[in-house]
Amino acid sequence: MAETTLQEARATGSARLEWALVAIGIAALIAAPFFFYPVFLMKMLCFALFACAFNLLLGYTGLLSFGHATFFGGAAYFCAHAVKVWGWPPEAGILLGTAGAAVLGLVMGFFAIRRQGIYFAMITLALAQMFYFFCVQAPFTRGEDGIQGVPRGHLFGLLDLSQPHNIYYTVLGIFLIGVFAIWRIVNSPFGMILKSIRENESRAISLGYSVANYKLAAFVMSATLAGLAGATKALVFQFATLTDVTWQMSGEVILMTLLGGIGTMVGPIVGAGLVVTLQNTLATSGFPVTIATGLIFMVCVLVFRRGIVGEIYARLLTSVGTGKKE
Amino acid sequence: MNAILEITPILEITNVTRRFAGLVAVNDVSFTLKQGEILGVIGPNGAGKTTLVSLISGTLPPTLGDIAFEGHSIVKLPAYQRARLGIGRTFQIMRPFPGLSVLDNVAVGALFGHGGGESELAKAREQAREQLRFVGLEKFSDQRADELGGPSRKRLELAKALAMQPKVLLCDEVMAGLNHVEIDEVIDVLKRVRERGISILVIEHVIKAIKSLSDRLLVLHHGEKIADGEPDTVLSNPQVVEAYLGRKRA
Repeated sequence: MAETTLQEARATGSARLEWALVAIGIAALIAAPFFFYPVFLMKMLCFALFACAFNLLLGYTGLLSFGHATFFGGAAYFCAHAVKVWGWPPEAGILLGTAGAAVLGLVMGFFAIRRQGIYFAMITLALAQMFYFFCVQAPFTRGEDGIQGVPRGHLFGLLDLSQPHNIYYTVLGIFLIGVFAIWRIVNSPFGMILKSIRENESRAISLGYSVANYKLAAFVMSATLAGLAGATKALVFQFATLTDVTWQMSGEVILMTLLGGIGTMVGPIVGAGLVVTLQNTLATSGFPVTIATGLIFMVCVLVFRRGIVGEIYARLLTSVGTGKKE
Repeated sequence: MNAILEITPILEITNVTRRFAGLVAVNDVSFTLKQGEILGVIGPNGAGKTTLVSLISGTLPPTLGDIAFEGHSIVKLPAYQRARLGIGRTFQIMRPFPGLSVLDNVAVGALFGHGGGESELAKAREQAREQLRFVGLEKFSDQRADELGGPSRKRLELAKALAMQPKVLLCDEVMAGLNHVEIDEVIDVLKRVRERGISILVIEHVIKAIKSLSDRLLVLHHGEKIADGEPDTVLSNPQVVEAYLGRKRA
């Protein structure tokens, strides 16, 4: 009995610690634009949301997609086109981009969930490549030039997004809503079933769950949130280009997620932050970025396979489990 | 007791055959499982027992034949829909959801997988706790499932299947690898499961255990049904003895 109360106390204690850390994190993000370059921070937030959306599929459902650039870049194109050519307000552009990504996710997911493991990854890659070449050819994407000079406009007709702080807090709000949505999904009954599918598919079936439907739903949710990140990014940088739909972008989000720690809420955020920072720092030096990220990826896979946050969690758990005092 | 047994069968297997390439794993087997009955299925290794469970639960389609649940053919339904109707199963190879806690392993079964499933995590966990108490695993609730030992995993399998409130429970070797005390405990749990009105099909190697548990025994050999009836009569059947011990002893 004493054992359980002790455990409960520990659980509530760590829950409180977690909430405190979340509060500190949010406060830091609110204060950040006064110390750092806002566009850099917004880039980080967009990629962090992208990685979190990807992690919903890889970390919590156990599906490795190699085609998430389609949703990220596709949404960027849709949003940029709607805002620039049709003159839509920014919030409508973001909504359209997100909805477009959801539709793309439904199509890609419909075909991909029929296979598992490497075949699943290959189908998503193949479909993503098809979308890439569609973007190269389609007139509305303007091919190699991309859609440039996208106006940020006024949010709800009120807030002028060309002001750095205005757009920063808008992006931060979108990021927090997206991450909160993922947190809710993961900690819902639906999320529990996703985890059970990740752990053992045939057991989930024997308990009465249509695994295919759940996988498709998870795929569409992940694609939608990746789209939200992509559409937001289009407004931040005021352009949408082919870079966002290349397979390298799909690889980058895998790297961010693995580096931070798959199956953790904070991991992908940390991973995205690290990769984006690295890219920005190395871009000005002469050192090639891809070699640096490749090396880091190798170190990650060889030395700390759970990712940065994953390793920290594992250390904490073992020290709690063995009752060590530190 | 007799009155219960005379009600229509909950599960009716008619001339079911399953072939794997050249091998006939289950050959033209027919039998019924009555409401509230415990039916034991025995047979030497490779007799087709696990295949039979897979055919009923729907993970494998039969090559020929029909399977009816509560009077309706289910042979065309996918496995998850059969589970929703109320066919629960345990697996011989005990691989739960390793990364989830013992409690959550069971709670997944109590969620909306079946008709009266819960739509809230807290309620599903509450129900799961009850099932864990029922099988005697409550004290391990907060552990990760892969930290459980073999015998406890068998019970976890049972609790998971029970959480989805099945009408029929298919038990695939839930006693294999257990010692006498543990076997007696599982028998006790299964008898209490039957008291809840759940019909049980038990596949087992341990003849002594299954004899004391089953109302009726069915013997498979090389995929064929060679005996079906009262446990004592079946076990003294020369064909059954031959299948288990070889021709000389019969």
